[in-house]
Formats: sequence, C-alpha cells, structure tokens
Amino acid sequence: MNFSEEQLERYSRHIILAEVGVKGQEKIMQAKVLIIGVGGLGSPAALYLAAAGCGTIGLVDGDCVEVSNLQRQVIHFTPDIGKPKVISAKEKIEKINPEVKVNTYKERVFARNITDIIKDYDFIIDGTDNFPAKFLINDACVFSKKPFSHGGILKFDGQTMTYLPKISACYRCVFGTLPPKGAVPSCSQAGILGAIAGMLGTIQAAEALKYFVQKGELLTNRLLIFDALNMNFRTVKVRKNPECPVCGDKPTITKLIDQEQPACDLRKK
Amino acid sequence: MKIKVNGKEQILDKDSISVKELLNVSKVEKPDMVSVQLNGEFVKKEDYSNTSVKESDEVDFLYFMGGGNN
Repeated sequence: MNFSEEQLERYSRHIILAEVGVKGQEKIMQAKVLIIGVGGLGSPAALYLAAAGCGTIGLVDGDCVEVSNLQRQVIHFTPDIGKPKVISAKEKIEKINPEVKVNTYKERVFARNITDIIKDYDFIIDGTDNFPAKFLINDACVFSKKPFSHGGILKFDGQTMTYLPKISACYRCVFGTLPPKGAVPSCSQAGILGAIAGMLGTIQAAEALKYFVQKGELLTNRLLIFDALNMNFRTVKVRKNPECPVCGDKPTITKLIDQEQPACDLRKK
Repeated sequence: MKIKVNGKEQILDKDSISVKELLNVSKVEKPDMVSVQLNGEFVKKEDYSNTSVKESDEVDFLYFMGGGNN
C-alpha cells in the first residue's frame, strides 16, 4: 500500500510508534471492525477507530438518538435527537475521517441475522446494553470463530475482556448463563457516570487496534475490572472452562437462540 | 485462614468456608448478580454450597455488567 502525503501526515503519530509503524497502520487501514450497539461504549469506540483509520466500520443499532443518551453517547449531538443512531454515527465518522468506509445496520442483533452481519468483519465490539444480546454475540462469535471485545458498565464500574477463538475463555466460560430477570440492574435503572462509558469504550477500541497490528498482549483469559469511584483497576485471571456450554469439550449450545430478558424497563419513562 | 476475595486479603477464623457462606459474609446482595471464580475457575451455581474455599485460595465475585447502549 502506498501512503499519500496526507495519510502519512494524518497517521504520523501511529507510524512513529515502533509497534505500529507503516505496516501496522496498513493493517489498521485494511481492517474491518463491527460495533454492535452505538451507545455509551460504541460511541467512543467508533470515534477512535475512525480517527485511527480503520478501513471499514460496521455499525449495528436499531434505536434512534434520545435526549437521555447525550450525557454519555458522545458520537451523537443534540441536533441528532430522533435520528437513527447508526446514521448519526456514520455522519460523524465521515467528518472525522472520510477514508473510512461505514456500513450501517439499523436493526438489533437476533439469532436469525447476527451470523450474516458479523461474517465479513475481522473484529467485533460488543457495546450492547442487555444480557441476551451479550450472550448472543458471544455464541455467534464462538460459532463463527470471530474475535470480540466484551464490555460492560454500571454506575462507576466497568469490565472488559477480549475473546480469541479457540485460544481464550469466552464470555460464557466466565459468566455461564443469562442472569435471572431483575437480578442485575441496567444503566437506566441504576445510573452510569458518562465518562465511565468513555473509559471502557476506548479500552475496547485499543484492544481492536492491538489485535489488528498484532502487538502487545490482549485482554485474553483475564477480565479487566475497574471501579472509577475509587479509581482502582485490576485484572482477574479467568480460564477457558472445559464445561462451558458453548466452547467447552461437550457443548450443549449448538445453535443460536434468542433469549427473553428486557434490558431497560424504565427506558421509555 | 488467609484468603483473597476480589483481590483483597481476608482473614477468617476457620479452616474452610463454602462459596455460599462466603457470598453471605462478603455481603453480595444477590448471588445471582455475580459469577464466582475460585482460583480462576468458574464455579457452577449448584455447587456453591459444596465447594469449599481453603487457605490461600483466591475467590473473585465478578458482577454481571450490561450497560453500554441505552
């Protein structure tokens, strides 16, 4: 790939990094990343991946921008209220970096569409807000052998880990099955400090970029947990679970299913 | 015995404690909110009462976290 003068200038702070260089930047520019959920986590992830020059960014979200999103979903602006999130995000990405190809999917992920949506992408970022989607993304990525970044936030806390097919623990190895309805509050019920979403979404973007340039250590087989109220970070070692229902030795989940569990019952309040 | 719970050292005046009891002592509001890892391995919910935590074991209560989109 021949870089133009403008590209050399634009990506100079990447290229100067020994771990990235021209080769790494080339890999980033050829990479296809899919962001599922263009909200608190997906917004900062999309902004940084666009700025980094990711070749293709896919955006999946069925929702439209609401006023209560603006406190943390930084890719959406006040005049975007009512606009589909994927469109609002696409417009910003194109302004940040016109070189990025953006694909939009104005829909939610379900068992019936997820395999088809993820198939052309190299890395998936889970920025969804509900557990059925998180487990579905995990299972689909296990089946389709796609690496992905899990992200979760609540109040002042965040957690993230990266999955590499066959190599590392999947989300189910660590979390097993869907928590019972009502056991875990959602952000709309419990609240979220906006900046926490930014902290976590940018970690997810960094993991995607590290995956593309193949440098450093990914958050595989460890879950990064932080409590931003006291600003403590720690990583917990996790292991591939041989009894994991989806990636274990004798999987009991062999096809994708849609599980019921409303994420945000106070959402429309 | 000395154990580590969520990365923090704890001293308990017994030689072993079940995961179920430890959840209780650690004031985990609802056990359904967490996934339990004992020395890095996933513990099934149905095994909470018959899995014991012993000297120098490390236990992590990992909270389910959704968040993100809405």
